[in-house]
Amino acid sequence: MEEKVICAGFGGQGVMSLGRLMSYTGMHVGKEVSWLPSYGPEMRGGTANCHVIISDTLIGSPIISHDATAVIALNYPSMVKFEHELIEGGYMFYNSSLIEQAPERSGIKSIGVAANEIASEVGDLRVANMVMLGAYLAACKPYSLEDVVAALRKVFGPGKEKFIPLNEAALKRGMEVVESAAVGK
Amino acid sequence: MEKVLMKGNEALCAAAIRGGCRYFFGYPITPQNEIPEYMSRELPKAGGVFLQAESEVAAINMVYGAAGAGGRVMTSSSSPGIALKQEGISYICGAELPCVIVNISRGGPGLGGIQPSQADYFQSTRGGGNGDYRLLVLAPANIQEAVDLMTEAFDIADYYRMPVMILGDGMIGQMMEPVVFKTPAARELPEKEWATTGTGGARTPNIINSLRLDPAELEKLNLHLQEKYERVRANEVRYEMHQTDEAELVFVAYGTSARIVKNAVAVMRRQGVKAGLIRPISLWPFPERAFDELPGSVRALMSVELSQGQMIDDVKISARGRWPVGFYGRSGGMIFTQQEIVEAGEKMLREVSHVSGV
Repeated sequence: MEEKVICAGFGGQGVMSLGRLMSYTGMHVGKEVSWLPSYGPEMRGGTANCHVIISDTLIGSPIISHDATAVIALNYPSMVKFEHELIEGGYMFYNSSLIEQAPERSGIKSIGVAANEIASEVGDLRVANMVMLGAYLAACKPYSLEDVVAALRKVFGPGKEKFIPLNEAALKRGMEVVESAAVGK
Repeated sequence: MEKVLMKGNEALCAAAIRGGCRYFFGYPITPQNEIPEYMSRELPKAGGVFLQAESEVAAINMVYGAAGAGGRVMTSSSSPGIALKQEGISYICGAELPCVIVNISRGGPGLGGIQPSQADYFQSTRGGGNGDYRLLVLAPANIQEAVDLMTEAFDIADYYRMPVMILGDGMIGQMMEPVVFKTPAARELPEKEWATTGTGGARTPNIINSLRLDPAELEKLNLHLQEKYERVRANEVRYEMHQTDEAELVFVAYGTSARIVKNAVAVMRRQGVKAGLIRPISLWPFPERAFDELPGSVRALMSVELSQGQMIDDVKISARGRWPVGFYGRSGGMIFTQQEIVEAGEKMLREVSHVSGV
C-alpha cells in the first residue's frame, strides 16, 4: 500500500498539523512515512500545503507529482490547485462548507465534507481538519480510527488529554459522512 | 531505540548534541532557522552554550575560537550565509581545527531564493575560501542518514582536525521522517594537546594561528595537510550503488535529488530500461572508485543535480572518458519531477545508440 496525500488550505486551518498527524499515525502502525511542507514567505495568512506519503515500502521522493492518491482541500484555491495532481480514480475530499462547487475534473472520486459546520456542531471550528481526516480514513483506510486516537494521545501528552474526546468526535463525524454516502449508494 | 518523527533541521540538532556538540554559534537564515531555534532551547539543557552572533562572519570566528579551545562546536547557515563564512573556514583549515558546519542550501547566486537547491556543490567541495584546503563534505539523502552522519561528524572532525560539512538542502531541512538515534562506532580519538586551555604554568603555551610568514614553514603545513587529505581519501569515501547491475544508463545524484532519481529508476526499470544510480554520500572525498565498480553493460552516465551542473565535473573526472556523461538539472528552487528525469535519461540513451550505430 502506498498513500500519497496532499493536504492544503489557508494558513490556520490546520493542514500542516493534519499532515503531521497522518504521518505520525503511519509511523506508529509500522509504515514508512514522509511529510514535506511548503515553506516560504507566502505562508502567513496565505495558502499552506504538505505532501504526506504512507507506504509499506521505503519511500523514494517525498514529493507528490501528478501521482496523489488523495487530496484533502480545505478551501477553494487548494482544490483548484491540486485536483490535477490526482491519479485517475484518486480521491478529492473537499470542504463543502467553503467550496460551493464540486471539482470539475472527471475520473476522480469527489467527496464533499461540510467540515466547518460539523466541527462547530461537535464544539470547536478548529477541529474541521479532524473532520476531513475522518472522511479520508473511512474512504481510504490507511489505518483505523483507534490508531489515530492512539497517535493523538502521544502527540497531546497527559497535559492535553482533555482534547481527545473533541478530536475523536470530529473524526467519527467525518467518517460518518463517507459511510452514510456509501450506504446511500 | 524508539522511532521518532522529526523535521530534518531538528533531527540534525538532536544528533549533534548526541554527537557531543556543546557550542553553537550562528545567525538566522531560511530554510535552516529551526536549527538555531532548537539549539537555543536544547543546547543549554545539555550543559552547552548557544549564542546568536551579530553576523555570519562573527559566528564562524566564534567557532574558530571555541574549536581552538578544544570545544565541540558547530555552526549552521544557508547558502549566502555560508558564503560569508568562507574566510573563517579557510582560517580554521589553516589552523587545523575541528568543527562541523551545516549548510541547508537554497537557490543562488547572491541572496537568491529560499527554496531547495544544490548549487553549492562547488562552494562546498572546491572551497570559497583561499588556499589549498579541503572540507570533508557529507550529503544525506534522508533524515535517518542525516542523523547518522551528524552524530558521527564531530568524531570525524576531531579525528582529522578538520571541518566536516553536512550539506543538505531546504527539502531535507524542512521535511519530517521517522528516525532512530543510534550510537556510531567509537573512533579512537587523539587527545587535544594542541588546544588553548591554559598552561597552568606547566608547559609552553599552545598557539592557534593560520599566519605563517616563513614560506618553508607554510609549505610544510601544506604538505602535511595534503598527507592528511590523502588519508581522508583513503578512509572516508561513502556512496551507494543502486540497481547498477546490468545497467545501461547510470545516473549520478546526491541528496534529495537522488531520491527523485530512485523513483525515476524504478519507473524506467518497469518499462524495461536498465537504469541505475550512483549516489555519492561523501562529496569530498568524491567516490571515484564507485565508477570502477560499474559493469560492462553501462553505455552512458548522467549527472542529475538541482543546479546547472557542478558535480558533473567530478563525474567526468571519475568517468575518465570511459562513458559519455550527460546532464539534467533544474535550479533556482525549481525541482524536477521523476518524469523529467525518465525523459532525459531515455533521450540520452537514444543519442548514445545513434552515435554508436546500434
